[in-house]
Amino acid sequence: MKPSRRVVLSAVAASLALAMTGCAGGGSSDVAGGTTSAGAGGVTLNLYAYAVPKVGFDQIIPAFNATEAGSGVQFQQSYGASGDQSRKVEAGAEADVVNFSVTPDITRLVKAGLVAEDWASGEHKGIPFGSVVTIVVRKGNPKGIKDWDDLLKPGVEVVTPNPFSSGSAKWNLLAPYATYSKGGTNQQAGLDYIDKLVTDHIKVQPKSGREASETFLQGTGDVLLSYENEALFLEGQGEDVEHVTPPSTFKIENPVAVLKGSENLAKAQAFVDYLYTPEAQKLWAEAGFRPVDATVAAEFADKFPEPTKLWTIDDVGGWPAVDESLFAKDTGTIAVIYDKATA
Amino acid sequence: MTAVVGQGAAGSPAAPARTPQPRSRAGWAGRVNGLTLGVVTLWLSLIVLLPLAALTVASFGDGWSGFWAAVTAPVALAALWTTVLVSAVVAVVNVVVGTLIAWVLVRDEFPGKRFVDALIDLPFALPTIVASIVLLSLYGPNSPIGVELNATRWGLMVALAFVTLPFVVRSVQPVLIEVDRDVEQAAASLGAGNWTTFRRVVLPTLAPAIISGGGLAFARAIGEYGSVVLIGGNIPRETQVASQYIQQQIEIDRPVNAAAVSVALLVISFVTLLVLRWIAARGQEREERAA
Repeated sequence: MKPSRRVVLSAVAASLALAMTGCAGGGSSDVAGGTTSAGAGGVTLNLYAYAVPKVGFDQIIPAFNATEAGSGVQFQQSYGASGDQSRKVEAGAEADVVNFSVTPDITRLVKAGLVAEDWASGEHKGIPFGSVVTIVVRKGNPKGIKDWDDLLKPGVEVVTPNPFSSGSAKWNLLAPYATYSKGGTNQQAGLDYIDKLVTDHIKVQPKSGREASETFLQGTGDVLLSYENEALFLEGQGEDVEHVTPPSTFKIENPVAVLKGSENLAKAQAFVDYLYTPEAQKLWAEAGFRPVDATVAAEFADKFPEPTKLWTIDDVGGWPAVDESLFAKDTGTIAVIYDKATA
Repeated sequence: MTAVVGQGAAGSPAAPARTPQPRSRAGWAGRVNGLTLGVVTLWLSLIVLLPLAALTVASFGDGWSGFWAAVTAPVALAALWTTVLVSAVVAVVNVVVGTLIAWVLVRDEFPGKRFVDALIDLPFALPTIVASIVLLSLYGPNSPIGVELNATRWGLMVALAFVTLPFVVRSVQPVLIEVDRDVEQAAASLGAGNWTTFRRVVLPTLAPAIISGGGLAFARAIGEYGSVVLIGGNIPRETQVASQYIQQQIEIDRPVNAAAVSVALLVISFVTLLVLRWIAARGQEREERAA
């Protein structure tokens, strides 16, 4: 018995030592990271956002750090497919501020008790910026795409992300749905269009708006459905693409909320409040997002032309109803069409 | 007691024939054996068996019908089929080319041989996502050599061939070094041609190593994710491989589908390795009987 006990003990001791050095290593590097970067405040905010606003936050965060409230605040940023990000936070990922593509992804966190019920009670209803759904084509528009009808031409391949993970995908499908159903009054006409589009013209299912852009840039498809801000970003990067905003399209509203269990609730709220200031609104506008502040919006009117008809989520019944009737897994009409075409 | 169990389970064929040792020494050795066996069992359970069991349980979260529906969904089947087909082709290519490379590295002398030898392991040492970027910059859109394999099954094959290259080479090489060349000379002196010598003398010796290398390459290719993620295109029914399908199912909140396809993949890998082991063992038995 003796030798084996000795072996066991030494093994335990060795593993304990390993564990301790592991902890010590992690701990010391944490401290080092904290002291070098946190400065006076020493506050770190975890931001969970959908995939495309990174270009905006890249401008916003340094500007926030330059303000009194934001001085010394560090950010841990995570970007990904809106629905996927929302489920991660629901499952326990530590977040202080969330920014999703669609409101239902915040509603999920409200239901889970992570976000206050009244998160959308402010002047702008929790929406600091938005965009419109647009059609991105290859440079020179070789397929002559101008409107939703053109996407159903034979041989046109459309890239749009998977609505079960991506918020962008929901907006992209809502735009033609609202157009053809005349704001939901003729549902069947809207669903017929979606059915043709999804069944005959969509081959790939990228997980997020950002991944859809990458797929498109790597040569897949003739058309990319996306946010106007993403289209402007791609053009700004010098990619060989251009965008055509159809006369009738959809207003995208991207919500931001604070988690009520945040350890740094005050700082998180200060950051979210900052997003609505004229200064931040200008930065969003410069990054290609449509600002919600009326004065700033007027200033950038040239950059963001008003479509002939801009449908909103309220026109088609509001998010709770739309999400339930169109996008609910296994029962929503668009969800069923998408599943049938892609299963 | 522990000693007997330990040696029996370890499968040492010599154990029962061994003459009984003085009790004290046997006891000491036995206890250590028992301990090592315990550690091995515990480790395997914690690292391999427990997660696999958890996965299997998760895959039956919606019952047997849910599992079956998830595995037989057309896109899931297409992904599994693409994976198996491409992996099998890659494994066969590896068996031929890998054996050839091993042969050249062992039997031929040429300048830069050591460099080539080191090069073989590079795809293995490289993070697979780097392999994907490397291949995308060569075969992607605006390919500098005018070959676009992006989002095709050829692209998948190139990526998988790249990351599985070392398996056959590295399993055949040591065996080939050990091969007794006198036997080949004897065969030649008895009038056997080069091809006959290779087929009847060399190949049977190498076969177990080739088969196990090919099996490992196949198993690796089946589970590969990183190297195909950029070049593969992830097109359902065309180039989407099982690992990408699994990832997608997780992202769209269908963990049961993901687990079910994972289990299917696991079964395929396991059965493949088992069958190849059986073939290799049978080949070796035949060899021993012949000798």
